[in-house]
Amino acid sequence: MATAHGSAELMDFDEVFETYEPVLGFEVHVELSTKTKMFSAAPNEFGSAPNTNIAPVDLGLPGSLPTVNETAVRYSISLGLALGCQIAKSSRFARKNYFYPDLGKNYQISQFDEPIAFEGSVEVELEDGTTVTVPIERAHMEEDAGKLTHMGGSTGRIQGAEYSLVDYNRAGVPLVEIVTKPIYGAEKRAPEIAKAYVATIRDIVRSLGISEARMERGNLRCDANVSLRPRSKAGEEPAPLGTRTETKNVNSLRSVERAVRYEIQRQAAILAKGGTITQETRHWHEDTGTTSAGRPKSDADDYRYFPEPDLLPVVPSAELINELRAALPESPAIFRRRLQADYGFTDSEFRDILNANILVEMEETVKAGASPAQARKWWLGEILRIANAQGVEPGTLVTPFNVSELIALVESGQLTDRLARQVLEGVVAGEGSPDEVVKARGLAVVSDDTALIAAIDTALESQPDVLAKIRDGKVQAAGAVIGAVMKAMKGQADAARVRELVLERSSKL
Amino acid sequence: MTDLTRVTAAALAELLSTREVSSVEATRAHLDRIEAVDTDLHAFLHIDSDGALKRASEIDQLRADGHEVGPLAGVPVAVKDVLCTIGMPSTAGSKILEGWMPPYDATVVARMRSANLVLLGKTNMDEFAMGSSTEYSAYGPTRNPWDRERTPGGSGGGSAAAVGAFEAPFALGSDTGGSIRQPAAFTGTVGVKPTYGGVSRYGAIALASSLDQVGPVSRTVLDAALLHDVIGGHDPHDATSLTDFWPSFAAAAREGAEAPSLKGVRIGVIKELGGDGFQKGVNDRFTEALALAEAAGAEIVEVSAPHFEYGIAAYYLILPAEASSNLAKFDSVRFGLRVTPEGGGTVEQVMSATREAGFGPEVKRRVILGTYALSAGYYDAYYGSAQKVRTLIQRDFAAAFDRVDVLVSPSAPTTAFTFGEKTDDPLSMYLNDITTIPANLAGIPGMSLPMGLAAEDGLPTGLQIMAPAREDVRLYRIGAAFEALFAQQWGGSLLDQLPTMAGMGAERATVGAPAPAPASVLPVHGAPEPGFGTEPDGGTR
Repeated sequence: MATAHGSAELMDFDEVFETYEPVLGFEVHVELSTKTKMFSAAPNEFGSAPNTNIAPVDLGLPGSLPTVNETAVRYSISLGLALGCQIAKSSRFARKNYFYPDLGKNYQISQFDEPIAFEGSVEVELEDGTTVTVPIERAHMEEDAGKLTHMGGSTGRIQGAEYSLVDYNRAGVPLVEIVTKPIYGAEKRAPEIAKAYVATIRDIVRSLGISEARMERGNLRCDANVSLRPRSKAGEEPAPLGTRTETKNVNSLRSVERAVRYEIQRQAAILAKGGTITQETRHWHEDTGTTSAGRPKSDADDYRYFPEPDLLPVVPSAELINELRAALPESPAIFRRRLQADYGFTDSEFRDILNANILVEMEETVKAGASPAQARKWWLGEILRIANAQGVEPGTLVTPFNVSELIALVESGQLTDRLARQVLEGVVAGEGSPDEVVKARGLAVVSDDTALIAAIDTALESQPDVLAKIRDGKVQAAGAVIGAVMKAMKGQADAARVRELVLERSSKL
Repeated sequence: MTDLTRVTAAALAELLSTREVSSVEATRAHLDRIEAVDTDLHAFLHIDSDGALKRASEIDQLRADGHEVGPLAGVPVAVKDVLCTIGMPSTAGSKILEGWMPPYDATVVARMRSANLVLLGKTNMDEFAMGSSTEYSAYGPTRNPWDRERTPGGSGGGSAAAVGAFEAPFALGSDTGGSIRQPAAFTGTVGVKPTYGGVSRYGAIALASSLDQVGPVSRTVLDAALLHDVIGGHDPHDATSLTDFWPSFAAAAREGAEAPSLKGVRIGVIKELGGDGFQKGVNDRFTEALALAEAAGAEIVEVSAPHFEYGIAAYYLILPAEASSNLAKFDSVRFGLRVTPEGGGTVEQVMSATREAGFGPEVKRRVILGTYALSAGYYDAYYGSAQKVRTLIQRDFAAAFDRVDVLVSPSAPTTAFTFGEKTDDPLSMYLNDITTIPANLAGIPGMSLPMGLAAEDGLPTGLQIMAPAREDVRLYRIGAAFEALFAQQWGGSLLDQLPTMAGMGAERATVGAPAPAPASVLPVHGAPEPGFGTEPDGGTR
């Protein structure tokens, strides 16, 4: 029931750790940005009209058969390698059977006992620069399910809905599910580690170029497992793991941090009162910052897994693995250190970039031609301001390429900073590229000297005293004329050029 | 004039290519035959008269215009209802798919269309191919043309009966545990289960994915080979499809029939597939077949396959397990039947009501069995063990094929059984597949061809030939040799002894073929009937 969330009792966060120790675990689903789906030739595209990107196999039509997308396998191997995993010599797909209308076949093709990648670890860097190692159990390939929209209810959830609509466009989109081992010793940094881990996965998949990794679009989805166990004294055997909850689909970095923090506090309050934790999935509510009970989940959930008989095992050759290993980009930690050195930023300047989650955007903006200083100025300035106002990640507002275009327009004098901010506003509003916005809104700096000269002459003629002063060498008097010209040009003029022309005209008039 | 329904597909193709007859004439002759006998026989679930005649006329026009139309152009064919066909309902014999029109053709159907074959309609089958008698069709059973009180076998009883009763020269079937071969044995026809992966499964409504294989049903080995040549070969839409280059099966069949000799061929007789528990008439015909082979130069070797006794048990774990998952898609959400409980219901309640109403008893039995076998805690004991048995059976075959070229057995332990004889006892129905199941478990090819009539009931028996995986060509060469040796011995094709069917007297009188006597008084083999030999004999003339 979607009732009464937000009413749970919470224990003070710091107090929790006097008695309990949190243990974390994460399942992160990454949608791969392949051209077609995992098991069909239907396009893998976001935002198409419902039920247009579909093939018979995505609907589970009788007689249809899946075939494996080779690019998705390559991407999965690359990801496994980037996570420090071993790659299976032979990997099998398996059917996970359960009835739900978002699955056309009523089974999901996933991997069970023979995942493509297993036994790895990821270095996660926290805000203060310390590094935590997160152990990876496995990364396996599977297909996404369709999208259900529940209609007629007040909550948008299935409870109370009159009917539900299914969009199978997402059904069959390739996913890699990355499963960590239990993460011990996180202590009070648990929420921070959660956020940093998901951010690291996001940075890795982006650097591999295998996913858009846009959390707000569901390209990257995190299920956070949290359990508490009594703190053991030094020299004692650690207590067995407590009952865990799995908070599903936490879809922003900030939410991951908040959800983990909330679950720690909620569970501690229950345990402190002598209660027990129910093993269940929980829904995260962005608005209230709380979780609510989903469905009970036990280890005895029976998905009747068995090897998918319609597909052959995936047996990647040593050559392929070596090729993909050689093509791996540097790890995010090394990447960060290199960028800081390349850009010549101080630690504190660089920390701002990391905290704003714009490192990849920065790099791509610089790659597209902007100077690091200019890129930093725009991402940390106007873009971050809009992002904060809208409550979204800066990277979701505008592409690095567009930012570099904007910077180029400023540097070439076609836009002033003031105009550029208006152009950015148009780009964020979806009006097109900077060039298109400039044209559509008519925002370009007036670089036509004839128009400027006409305005200058008018201004000088109407202020003969100023003209006289300028002719006397009192150049600072030009400011009044420049201001009048800029006003006449509605700000769409380059002030430096206006100044030059004012001086030039003064001597001629 | 020749009765165009009595000639083989190969002979008909020849008549068409020389333009002695048109495809419209050939198609109309078969549609007339269907109209005359199928009310009684019920081999077809859907007859596409208009579509078939239209296509036939197009093909005639293509030929008249001098286009290259292909060797089988204009020949009619029947299609088991398990295969998806654009423009024709595809129900797999189930109420849950009643009237369902697939938006795509099965690969095998598309290949037949490209080869300019004329699709007559869809043939009856046990629901989702679960059964060995076609009695589990949701649309009523098919009768056996040899004795209408008996089943034609199953699940592909419709295709076998249609071909055996001259309603179609050949047809497509699907074989998961014998659904092509056992009906072929029961109806005196030829049926081939190709090597797993040799023929695309795309568009074949899945029963058990690791066992299913589409194959031809015909009256002669050559006709089966011709159809196999059309439908076989790699299909990128089926991940389990082999990428092998396949030789011409028709060439192999012609070669085998030309100088019927089995000189130097080592034929293995599987000790475990025969003898006690098999009908006497079946054993007798099998013994004679071996003697015939020996006389033709073959070396007969007895081999043992010690793990075959676990074959049925393993099969009835693997099949229901895969089927329970494959049939989960029938949930009313996207296609097919939808039953809403009174007063409405949740999606789960609608799914449940639909499956309750839409599935028949055998389907429910196997879905429940399979769901159980895959359950956590039981998986290793059931599905896991069954897969191990499967490996052991593959090893039995490998050991046997080290010693022999082909293996033979009766295609079924009995001749056709009567309606209702086994429906009350599912296990006895399952046991009828003891001979055919091992080939599916091992993925190897198997053929059934007519082996003569059993003395005690005058009904057809079948000889099963099995070859190593990918050696389908061996089946056609050796099968065609056997067929020719039988024909020499019997003085003709077994189907020439098919009893007259109700309402067919007048038509049969016009065809110039001998009016067969009732099966009970026919010699099982021996002197040809008077007048025999006036018909084309399998396209080798």
